Amino acid sequence: MLVKLKILRFDPDNDKAPHFQNYEADVEPTDRVLDALNAVRWYQDGSLAYRSSCAHGICGSDAMRINRTNRLACKTLIRQVAPNITLEPIRGFPVKRDLIVDLTGFFEQYRNVMPYLVNEDPMPTVERFQSPEDRAKYDDTTKCILCASCTTSCPIFWANTDYIGPAAIVSAHRFIFDSRDQAGGERLDILNSREGAWRCRTIFNCTDACPRDIKVTKAIQDVKRAIMSQKL
Amino acid sequence: MYHKYNAIIVGAGGAGLRAALQLSTVSDVAVLTKLYPTRSHTGTAQGGIGAALGNREEDHWEWHAFDTVKGSDYLGDQDAIDIMCRDAVEAVYDLEHMGLPFSRTPEGKIDQRRFGGHTKYEGKEPVMRSCYAADRTGHMILQTLYQQCVKNNVVFFNEYSVLDIIMSDGVCGGVIAMDIGTGELHIFHAKTVLFASGGFGKMYKVTSNAHALTGDGPAVLYRNGIPLEDMEFFQFHPTGIYKLGILITEGARGEGGILLNGTGERFMERYAPTIKDLAPRDMVSQAMHREIAEGRGVDGKDYLLLDLTHLGAEVIEEKLPDVTDFVRTYLGVDPVKEPIPVQPTAHYAMGGIPTDVDARVLADETGAVIPGLYAAGECACVSVHGANRLGTNSLVDIQVFGKRAGDHMARFVRESPLLELPSQPDAPARALLDKIWSANGGELAGAIRADLQQKMMDKASIFRDEASLKTMQEELAKLKDRYQRISLRYKGSKYNADLMETVELGYLLDLAEALVVSALARTESRGAHSRVDYPKRDDANWLKHTMAFRKDNGIELRYKPVKITRFEPKERKY
Ligand SMILES: Cc1cc2nc3c(=O)[nH]c(=O)nc-3n(C[C@H](O)[C@H](O)[C@H](O)COP(=O)(O)OP(=O)(O)OC[C@H]3O[C@@H](n4cnc5c(N)ncnc54)[C@H](O)[C@@H]3O)c2cc1C
Ligand code: FES
Repeated sequence: MLVKLKILRFDPDNDKAPHFQNYEADVEPTDRVLDALNAVRWYQDGSLAYRSSCAHGICGSDAMRINRTNRLACKTLIRQVAPNITLEPIRGFPVKRDLIVDLTGFFEQYRNVMPYLVNEDPMPTVERFQSPEDRAKYDDTTKCILCASCTTSCPIFWANTDYIGPAAIVSAHRFIFDSRDQAGGERLDILNSREGAWRCRTIFNCTDACPRDIKVTKAIQDVKRAIMSQKL
Repeated sequence: MYHKYNAIIVGAGGAGLRAALQLSTVSDVAVLTKLYPTRSHTGTAQGGIGAALGNREEDHWEWHAFDTVKGSDYLGDQDAIDIMCRDAVEAVYDLEHMGLPFSRTPEGKIDQRRFGGHTKYEGKEPVMRSCYAADRTGHMILQTLYQQCVKNNVVFFNEYSVLDIIMSDGVCGGVIAMDIGTGELHIFHAKTVLFASGGFGKMYKVTSNAHALTGDGPAVLYRNGIPLEDMEFFQFHPTGIYKLGILITEGARGEGGILLNGTGERFMERYAPTIKDLAPRDMVSQAMHREIAEGRGVDGKDYLLLDLTHLGAEVIEEKLPDVTDFVRTYLGVDPVKEPIPVQPTAHYAMGGIPTDVDARVLADETGAVIPGLYAAGECACVSVHGANRLGTNSLVDIQVFGKRAGDHMARFVRESPLLELPSQPDAPARALLDKIWSANGGELAGAIRADLQQKMMDKASIFRDEASLKTMQEELAKLKDRYQRISLRYKGSKYNADLMETVELGYLLDLAEALVVSALARTESRGAHSRVDYPKRDDANWLKHTMAFRKDNGIELRYKPVKITRFEPKERKY
């Protein structure tokens, strides 16, 4: 089927402002939006810039605004969004070119929450034990692929890019609720700061945007509750 | 721009990050990666990492070694296989200590599941050896290693594509890379360089591999005179999602899933009576190809069915959540209720850059090493996988040999001086790019790549013979000729994917040629190399590794013996 793609183009070095450019692509309804983008770049316009790699929703490369909602281009089928498809970069980070944004700030937010297991005890010679129940407590947030869909769908973040954002809170949650970790308190202090979890107004955009179906808003609520009980 | 480090690592998948961690406490180290680290293809690995922990039932690393040797169709080097299977156990504990969220047994130990070709008592029945985290084991490995690298302040150059190595008098002194975001070339001057750049499945049309898997490391070294080992062995995984090639883990069969042909028959019972659907991948893919060729595909088409429906919703949702999601998203099929249309998909390169067990790159078939140059992971060939890799053994490979690479590099850094930089080390990389910039014959990289992928699928995939390989050789000559006449349609410097994909296509063409020439010479069938015209394994003549050298007048093939220690080659039956 023939689809119409309207893509927001921008090269900060040469363009004064972003502008839309229209393309047509002949694709199957069961193809991915990424296939349509590839069809354009490979055969029509080699200048189009976007990221991709795995093409099945697992590497987190190709988050973008598709018809005004954050999605992965490789996990959105043409039939879900055809025949008119508008593609824009995710919001809140500087655009490098076309659909590619600068993720430096995003990974800084991530680094700020100590996104690694901290445990100073001597290691056993085998694995540390963890019950399936304890393992289940942080299962949901281990699924994060750092695609930035959630953070860049959040109106609070659009208004204030100092807000640490849902993705970093999800990464913190993954460790705070891991029974093997010993730095939960420090992470909760970080998230209790001015630009931390309290900025969240439970708008749920992040949960809707997550291509991994992580219950992002719930994770943020878990963190807020943990901060409260730590304070008590 | 000029940079200086003791150690440079090319690639931020499981192998590169494991080496980086090992080095990070004893040396300065920088990781160069053309993708953000967490986008690396290790993150897509699903089913598990094999190690004889014995958490679910009796197991021994020696059994793991036996299975790996037999799985390799006796082409794997047994000294290296022993190291891998023995160290696998510690590698898995290491990952747990770093925080990897494995699935757990009721007692809280790392859970394990069955996988193809992994058995107890040397082939008697399947064993639970694959340590897993649902069906996102690779994602967890990649995330965990990256987290630890963040903790240890490893330096990353993200979206840098390595184009060349710096060599002087047979010693490696760094790499040349392009910053994809700016188009600028950078010189990385270093005492040691590790290539951990992954596989090259993108030379085939139907593949489980990511867009980025274009064999950059092997191709760059090959162009610098380093041979490629055992390129004719490319693994097709039995269960790719029909037409798309997206993988459905062998863990699905490990949990009890079965393959059915168009008549509803569980055909693997005929091909491998003992372990049936859990036979190694080469055998299952070949059996599937036969079923389809003999008209037993579904509705006469080129696909078969993977049936999980009898496992029940709970097992499917809990143990295989991601693949269930893929099947629902891309096929609109619910695996809880309906069987899944599947076909074999190009999956894993057994061959690659030849190395010793410390990941040092070998210059030739005699085992001479190139000082300062290392390779590990899918781009390398140690060889632990021989003619056919067992499932779960790549994740072991990248952990064990990634770590060993890091250890050896640390020693090398301590003992060796920095090579003096040759004059204009980036001249060859500039020449490569200039040639692409200035060509204007009107050919499109995308069109050439599509032809390459289709033809490799038709002529050099699961089954080959002399005629098909010769045709492919001629086709490759034509494709290479077209490649000379390519035109870039975009000449900007920032994020120029047109340029990067053209460079990568050049790599794929070189590697495809090495694969085809190596396959044409090997007049036997072994593992994933199945010659219709030579259907038997021929140990008398072919129990040896191929080493393909790129020469001015074509490809020169030399050979080196297989290292055999405990297991004498036997007929392979399951
Ligand atoms: C879908 C799928 C499922 C799998 N499941 C399993 C499994 O369950 N068990 C198992 O054992 N194995 C599995 N495998 C195989 C295994 O995952 C891979 O072989 C392994 O992860 C490869 O790791 P690596 O570190 O060698 O390379 P990769 O993870 O592929 O990383 C390559 C790195 O190199 C970088 N790179 C490449 N070229 C350049 C360049 N020119 N310049 C700079 N950087 C570059 C990339 O950016 C990337 O960071 C699976 C494979 C696939 C495709
Ligand atoms: S390309 Fe990997 S998530 Fe879309």
